[in-house]
Formats: sequence, structure tokens, C-alpha cells
Amino acid sequence: MTEATYYSWQHRLSVWLLRLGAGLVLFFLLLPIAIVIPLSFNAEPFFTFTEGMLRLDPAAYSLEWYRTIADSAKWKLAIRNSFLIGLCATFIATTLGTLAAVGLASSTMPLRRAITALLLSPMIVPLIIVAAGMFFFYTRFNLVASFWGIVIAHAALGVPFVIITVTATLSQFDQSLYRAGLSMGASPFKVFCTVIVPLIRPGVISGALFAFGISFDEVIVVLFLAGPDQITIPRQMFSGLREQINPTILAVATLLIVFSVTLLATLEVLRRRMPK
Amino acid sequence: MHQNPGGLSAAEIHTERKEQQRRRRNSLLLVVPILLFLFFAFVAPISSMLHRSIYNPTLVELIPDTVNALSNWDRTGTPKPETLLTFSIELQQLAKKRESGRLASAVNRSYPGATSLINATARKLRNVDPNQLAQTGHLALLDTDPRWSETKLWQAIDRLGAKYRIDNYLTALDLERDAQGNIQKRQSSNIYIDLYSKTLSMSLIITLLCIALGYPVAYCLAHAPARVAGVLLVMVLLPFWTSFLVRTTAWIALLQTNGVINSLLQSVGIIDQPLELLYTSLATILAMTHILLPFMILPLYSVMKGIDPSHVKAALSLGSPPFSAFVRVYLPQTVPGLSAGSLLVFITAVGYYIIPALVGGTDGQMISNIIAYHMQQSNNWGLASALGSLLLAVIVILYWLYDRLVGASNLKLS
Repeated sequence: MTEATYYSWQHRLSVWLLRLGAGLVLFFLLLPIAIVIPLSFNAEPFFTFTEGMLRLDPAAYSLEWYRTIADSAKWKLAIRNSFLIGLCATFIATTLGTLAAVGLASSTMPLRRAITALLLSPMIVPLIIVAAGMFFFYTRFNLVASFWGIVIAHAALGVPFVIITVTATLSQFDQSLYRAGLSMGASPFKVFCTVIVPLIRPGVISGALFAFGISFDEVIVVLFLAGPDQITIPRQMFSGLREQINPTILAVATLLIVFSVTLLATLEVLRRRMPK
Repeated sequence: MHQNPGGLSAAEIHTERKEQQRRRRNSLLLVVPILLFLFFAFVAPISSMLHRSIYNPTLVELIPDTVNALSNWDRTGTPKPETLLTFSIELQQLAKKRESGRLASAVNRSYPGATSLINATARKLRNVDPNQLAQTGHLALLDTDPRWSETKLWQAIDRLGAKYRIDNYLTALDLERDAQGNIQKRQSSNIYIDLYSKTLSMSLIITLLCIALGYPVAYCLAHAPARVAGVLLVMVLLPFWTSFLVRTTAWIALLQTNGVINSLLQSVGIIDQPLELLYTSLATILAMTHILLPFMILPLYSVMKGIDPSHVKAALSLGSPPFSAFVRVYLPQTVPGLSAGSLLVFITAVGYYIIPALVGGTDGQMISNIIAYHMQQSNNWGLASALGSLLLAVIVILYWLYDRLVGASNLKLS
């Protein structure tokens, strides 16, 4: 807090209560995630701490559930599919989204407000509606129960995030650099590749990471569109949580936490590199 | 000579205008690919859901000739014998293709008892000689069950023959048609209206909880020294970035009958029996508040960071008590962040499916779960689409409000 001066004891008390409250809320935010990690090393198939775990008895801990993942063909397929689908969807969303964001940033863009609203709408429409609609429509193109059906769906869901991050970077981009490139005789395409893209790269990469994160975490569309072969990590987790709950899910969750910490750290590094 | 305002010649204006048009075209060209893509991947699917909510082709597909014949009927008494004959022939064909069940369940939605009536009749007609049926089908029909002469039944079939109908919306709004076709409140139950109001009230509770929990955190974040704020921000972003299935898993581990909270409470001695925490609406509210809280904190934080601290200082130095300085000077300036965060949380909560499906049990179900149920279990796609369209309408209105109040393009993610 910057205001070190207190105006009365009530003021001092309320500031400290506020900090205490905020601390408790942060505790509430982090506790569930923090608890998953030790529980995933439970030697017993329980969702709670055994007495042995509390005594830090090494015998109460095991890597059994991680071994189950490594041995399971289904989980391996799920991991492979999640990355493949995520990468393809990210590629489509990032390419199209970056082009569109550059177009939207130009002062000559007609209907900007309406187009922006449309491009951001996949983020707002409830996924159950998106999934149901896609199920009806994609059936006609044999895209239900297919790899590409899910890729296309996930790409559409990732688009708004690419648009938002790239637009944010472009708002700090000096348009006169574009005109300078043109006046030196470069073609618009050349200017795009050699001037614009390098300057907005941090925004593009963080948009791509967002799009990948969306696809990697998405389950509702997969539940509606996927065939038996399109198992993804969230789909496998969902059925695990619904049917036979066992600590394998906790081990997967722990791996995903490690994964998201890595993603978050990458984004933070990118943010620091963004031109101020 | 007439001089125009910019001091440009007509030719120069012409070139400039051409140049403008070219630039407009170029920027549009950049947006066209994504518009085409989203049209196929997203807009058309949603439109096809809207279409499905009013499009009911079942009867036209199954008994086209009967539907056609009924269009000339005056809707009183029993239809002409030729119409009954046509129907008996079509029903026999359906029975042979084993599709009479589809007809039965479709008619049953407006004429209770039709399932057994149509299935029983279909079984009997299946073995009648087709040539004989073509002569005396109407008699065979009336022989199997006297209900085939009822006006009500044929009125129902006639109504169901229309390809485009709003019946799914009537069901979704807990309305029904009486025998004369007038719309009235459904006597039996108020399932869907109750469900919508439950969904909205649960979302409201979640939003209020997010405000109550998020406001102090955002305040501390915005007013902490840079280094502390960085650490606190990571503490908010980490859950935001963690897969929401992971967070749901965590809540299941916490709330289970033999989960962390129950064993903790038992070992401390507060309770003897484990509490039923999981599969309740409380579990839905708790888990969703946890998952949506960062959506409240982040917009609030970005607004609070932009507030000039000298405003509050000025109020205090002019003798305002701290509390009233907060309420009258600080709070109003955070309203944009509050409205952005609240609408974001509320919109997301209204449409959530996974959390209530996994932790809500029957008590904590929301409208999305019922849409999924009608899509996947009861296979009543028309009703699922109508329920979905109503949900979409709610969301569109809220999004429009959000755009008015906050501006959709002001959305920030980090």
C-alpha cells in the first residue's frame, strides 16, 4: 500500500482487515490447486491425505498413478491428440486472426465495430450452443467424429483471443512505419513480412499460446463432435471424473498444472519483451 | 478560378479518392478469410441450431400424403375416408420399414397415448395384404381402435404436419396448446421457466460472490508496491491459467464424502458424520466462483490502476472520513471495472455446462445441462435447440449491454 498515513484507528483497522480479506481470497484461489499436487502422490486410492502422508512417511507416497498414465494406451492417445489438435487449431486461428487484426487496425477499415463484434463472438456464446450447432451443421460435411471437425471448431474458438492480443500490440504500433516501408518501394506484402510481423511478434505468439490453451482445455465441443478415436486429455478427464474417480486424474491434473505454469512463465517473458 | 479547400486540383482529389478506395479494399481483403472461415465454422452452425428450433420435418417426411390430404380437411369431425385410407397405407409402409415408432413418439408429444395407439395399429396393419388395404384401409384402421375416429387426434396430426412450428418454444416456455390450438400455460409443471430462473439466480449469486471476494484483492493489487503487486498478480493468474478441469478435479477432491474437507472437519471433531458437500448446488456455486473469480479481479485491477490516488487524498485532506471518501470518490471510479467484470462473470456463468455436470448433482443443474440432456439422451433436438436459442437470446442481450457499457473491443487479457 502506498498510503502509509492512517487517519484514525478505524481507518488503520479497515486497511488491515482489507489486506487480511484479500489474503484469504488468494488462499482460496490457490489452495485447491496446491492440494492436488501432494494428493497425486498418494499411495492409496483416496482423495484425501492419509495419516502416513501427514507423518511424511515415504511408504505413503508413490508414483503409482503416474505409472498408470505412462502405461495407458488411452492416455497416450489423448495426449497425442490434444497436442495435434491444439497445434493445427492454433495455426489456423493465429494465421487468420493476425491478418484480420492487421486489417482492423488500419484506419480505412469499413464496418470495424460490427466486424470486431462478430470476430469476438465465439468467446461469448455458451459452448453448449456452439457444440449443438456444430453437431447439426458439421454432420452435413462429414466433419462429425473426425479430426478436422474438432480442429476447425477449436480454431474458431481461439480466434477471439488472437484478435485481442494482436490488436493490443498493434495499438502501440506506429502506422507511419508501414507507410515508410511502402515509400521505400517495398510491396505491401513485403512490408507486412519484414516490418509488421517482427514488430508484433510478441502479440502473435501470446495470441497463439492463448489459442492453444483454449483448444487444450476445451471439452464440450469434443464431447459433442468427437468419435471414438478423438480422445483428448480433457475428454478423458471428464469421463474419468464422471465414471470411476481414481487418483490417476489427480496425477494428470498435476502434470497439467506444471504445463500451465510453464505457459504462464513464457507469456510473462514475452510481456516483458513487448515494446512499451 | 475556384479553389477547393485543400488547395488540390480535381485530378489530385480523384487520385486521392482512388487511393482511399484501394486502401479500404486492402484492409477488407485481410479480414475476408477469417470472415469466411468463421461463417462456416461458427455462424452457420449457430444458424442451423436456430433453424432446427422451428423446423419439425418428422411428419412431413414420414407421412407426406396424409399431411397433404389433411390440408383440405375442415378440422371438424373425422377426416374423409380417403384420407384415412391414405394414412393406413403410409402407416403400413412405415411399419414394414420399422419406422412407425418415430411417428408414434412425434404424435405423442401433442396427443398423449398416441405411442401405444400407433404402435399397436402398426403391428396389426403390417400383416394385412397391401391390395386389400388399398381397398378397405380406412375400415381396418377404425376396427383396430375407436380413437382413430376422434377429431382431437387428427387435429393433432394435422398441426404436427406443419414443417415450421413454434411448438418447441412453447414447451421451452412451459406453454402448451389446448384441444382448440389456443396457447395456454402448461398445467402439469413449470420445469423450464424454473430452470431458467434457477440458472439466472445462481449466476447472480456467483457474480455477487465474485464482487465481494474480488474487490479487496483487486484493491490490494492496485495499491501495492510494484514488486508485491507482481507476486500477487501471479497468484491470480496461476489459477486463471490452470485448466478448469484441473480446478474442478480439485474441488471434487476437496468436497467428496471422504475428501479433504470432510476428513479435516471430522479429525478436528466439528462433525461426526461426513457432510454431503459434493453434488449440490452449493458445490456448483463454490467451484464456479473459484473458476470465475480471476475474470472479476483482472478488469477491476486494470481500472483501479488507472485511478489517480490524489482524488482520495484530496477528499481526505478536505476532512472527509475515509469510509465516505471511499464510497463517494473511489467507488464510483471503479464502476467501469465492476460492470465489465460482473457482466463477464455473469455471461460465462449462465452458459456453463461442465462444472454443474460434474459437481452439481441433480440439485445444481443449470440450463446448459438440460440442453445437453435433450441433445444426447432424450434425442429431442428441436426442444434442445429452442432452449439453446432462448439462452442465446439472454446472452446476446447481456453482450449488447456489455458492449454499450464497456465496449467489446476494450476486453483485455493480461
